[in-house]
Amino acid sequence: MNYGEMHTDPAPADQAFMNPPDIHQTKALPTLRIERSQGWVSLGLGELWRYRELLYFFIWRDIKVRYKQTILGGAWAIIQPLATMLIFSIFFGRLARVPSDSVPYPIFALAGLVPWNFFSNGVTQSSTSLVAGSNLVKKVYFPRLALPVSRVLSGVVDFLLAFAMLIALMPHYHIRATSHVVWLPFFLLLALTTSLGVSIWFSAMHVQFRDVQYAVPFLVQFWFFATPIAYPSSMLSQPWRTVYGINPMVGVVEGFRWTLLGTDTAPGPITLVSFLVSIALLIGGTFYFRRLERTFADIV
Amino acid sequence: MSRLAIRVVDLSKQYNIGLERQKNRTLREAIVDAVTGPLRRTAKLLRGQATGAAELDATHWALRNVSFDVPHGEVVGFIGRNGAGKSTLLKILSQITEPTLGFVEIRGRVGSLLEVGTGFHQELTGRENVYLNGAILGMTKREIDRKFDEIVAFAEIDKFLDTPVKHYSSGMYVRLAFSVAAHLEPEILLVDEVLSVGDVTFQKKCLGKMNEVSRSGRTVLFVSHNMATIENLCSRTIVLEDGKIVFIGPSKDAVKFYLESTFEREQPAERGLANKNRWANPEHRKHRSPEDVVSYTRIEFKNPEGETIPFVRSGQPLVIRLHYCVRKAITRPSFGVGISTEHGTLVSYVSTWLCSVEIPVLRCGDGFIDLCIDYVNLMPGRYFLSVMVGGTGPIFYDSIDRCAALIVEETDFYRSGRMLNRNRSIMLLPCHWEPFGSTEENGGPAQKVQNAEQEGLIHL
Repeated sequence: MNYGEMHTDPAPADQAFMNPPDIHQTKALPTLRIERSQGWVSLGLGELWRYRELLYFFIWRDIKVRYKQTILGGAWAIIQPLATMLIFSIFFGRLARVPSDSVPYPIFALAGLVPWNFFSNGVTQSSTSLVAGSNLVKKVYFPRLALPVSRVLSGVVDFLLAFAMLIALMPHYHIRATSHVVWLPFFLLLALTTSLGVSIWFSAMHVQFRDVQYAVPFLVQFWFFATPIAYPSSMLSQPWRTVYGINPMVGVVEGFRWTLLGTDTAPGPITLVSFLVSIALLIGGTFYFRRLERTFADIV
Repeated sequence: MSRLAIRVVDLSKQYNIGLERQKNRTLREAIVDAVTGPLRRTAKLLRGQATGAAELDATHWALRNVSFDVPHGEVVGFIGRNGAGKSTLLKILSQITEPTLGFVEIRGRVGSLLEVGTGFHQELTGRENVYLNGAILGMTKREIDRKFDEIVAFAEIDKFLDTPVKHYSSGMYVRLAFSVAAHLEPEILLVDEVLSVGDVTFQKKCLGKMNEVSRSGRTVLFVSHNMATIENLCSRTIVLEDGKIVFIGPSKDAVKFYLESTFEREQPAERGLANKNRWANPEHRKHRSPEDVVSYTRIEFKNPEGETIPFVRSGQPLVIRLHYCVRKAITRPSFGVGISTEHGTLVSYVSTWLCSVEIPVLRCGDGFIDLCIDYVNLMPGRYFLSVMVGGTGPIFYDSIDRCAALIVEETDFYRSGRMLNRNRSIMLLPCHWEPFGSTEENGGPAQKVQNAEQEGLIHL
């Protein structure tokens, strides 16, 4: 019996099927053993690396899709922090006269808002990524970490746009970058690890507890006020300032202002605490994620 | 070295499923549950009785001690009713979910087609989705680059390549999705019922493709509900039932086993329909005479040898036996049988009167009458029988609508080995073709020549 000879138009695609990989020649096909995994499992970073192309495509998709069918498109990445900056300048800067570490308040606020937006957008978008991608999770195999990680990484583009605006506005306020700028990559990395760490925790939790989707916006708002964005951390006195560093975004924002605006917030105990907490969040989150990963397809 | 591609040993998979709890019938109950629910769920978490917020208290074995081997290059089919565990098995093999017990060893790269179009993004164009979907299915960018033109050609959507897929017709969407999937080149391919997509022409194309894949020396595991496809593509077929393997063997035998076991199960239900709802309930007896002169009691399906059969295959003979009971003698009765489709279209109606079969007298007692059908030329599917018995003139003694279900199974009615299209028609036509007719002197346009190009009849 042969369906192939039916009204099938001979498409060139047939060639692909005519020449399959010569499986009888393959001597050492890798043997994969599938069984129940026990307890804590490895981080699986090697596998994530092998699937880097998929990760790349996910990021590419998120970026492509983000501003589809909008008029302003990528301009939103600039408008959001800019508008917030204006509102803050009026209410906190002018009316409440919040101190701003001896730099003009608008640029002070913006230097905090830019990394903060990266963090908060990343966390809100990726905490629901597994459930949003449940279709994929249930039907295809790939390292699930790719979903939240790609959501965070795709925010880098928005961040860069906002960051460029920040740099462009600096001359207007007569601020010139100092040699501290060489430290900037470190704080960028810190912002990234923090976003990743928090996102990975939430996205894994969200599969089991849909409460996460209601808790995250609220938590992010709370977190915003626990971070010195609208106000300087110098309003707190020691040792509370160091304790404050437990919120890794404190280290990030302080570092940004120090490297770009030259404020008096040079890296110190706060930065160290922030750094350690951020790394711990990321590693702990990844282990937690990997441990739950095996159940995702069943309960998502 | 072992030539096995897949070794499955004692594989079991347990799912937690929701226990049916009392439904919130009233608004008050819904509000009470909304208030007490959080406490109940938190308590469960704290006691360690639950791992998540979903209340999944009951467990269910989707697979139980399943073991089998698949050598390299074999095409194995999986059949079973819905919920038999076929899809769970493929999900474990493609690493989407973990087994609860047992293990699987796989040699070679696995590609799985559990659903076409997974990961397609509505906002992205066809071109972009080919890359995205390809990457999701495990292709590298270079592979996709290489096969891009083939994929587009197969899907026949080149004009709309740069249109977002949300503007595609569903047919175009599915064609593109299948096309990407069909260009996977893994050593082991897992396919779950993806052929039931697109329009008829495209389905045929897909089947052709699958046929080539299965003959290309790749290992294929194939889940389908289409028995004819299974029989044709797979050399060996595994029948699953309630998560267990109930049959492994040549596809023909497996299909036979499966069909028979299915109808054994379904038959009581059908009889139930016939007995409870139709036979006993006078409402369905449209024209029953008040004196209960003659009434039907039972219907049986038999083969010419007299054995009761649960279903008939198209092209095979069938005997419909109508049992009746006569309480008052009558003269010149007429028995009639109508066959209608599930949708209610009357396919055929025959009666003894129509066929001028004379029964002069019907005396009191139980009897039966056989309607013998030379061969059933109905398309595969389910049909309903209506029966009536009347007298001369417009007298009805008994008449019951849809009192029994006749199940017709697929066969190669036209002896061509080609697929019937189930949705298009009701009847199979007892026919043959005479293709070489002509009104011209020296033969017609249709020629019996084998190699038209070589003989110079067609210039390419």
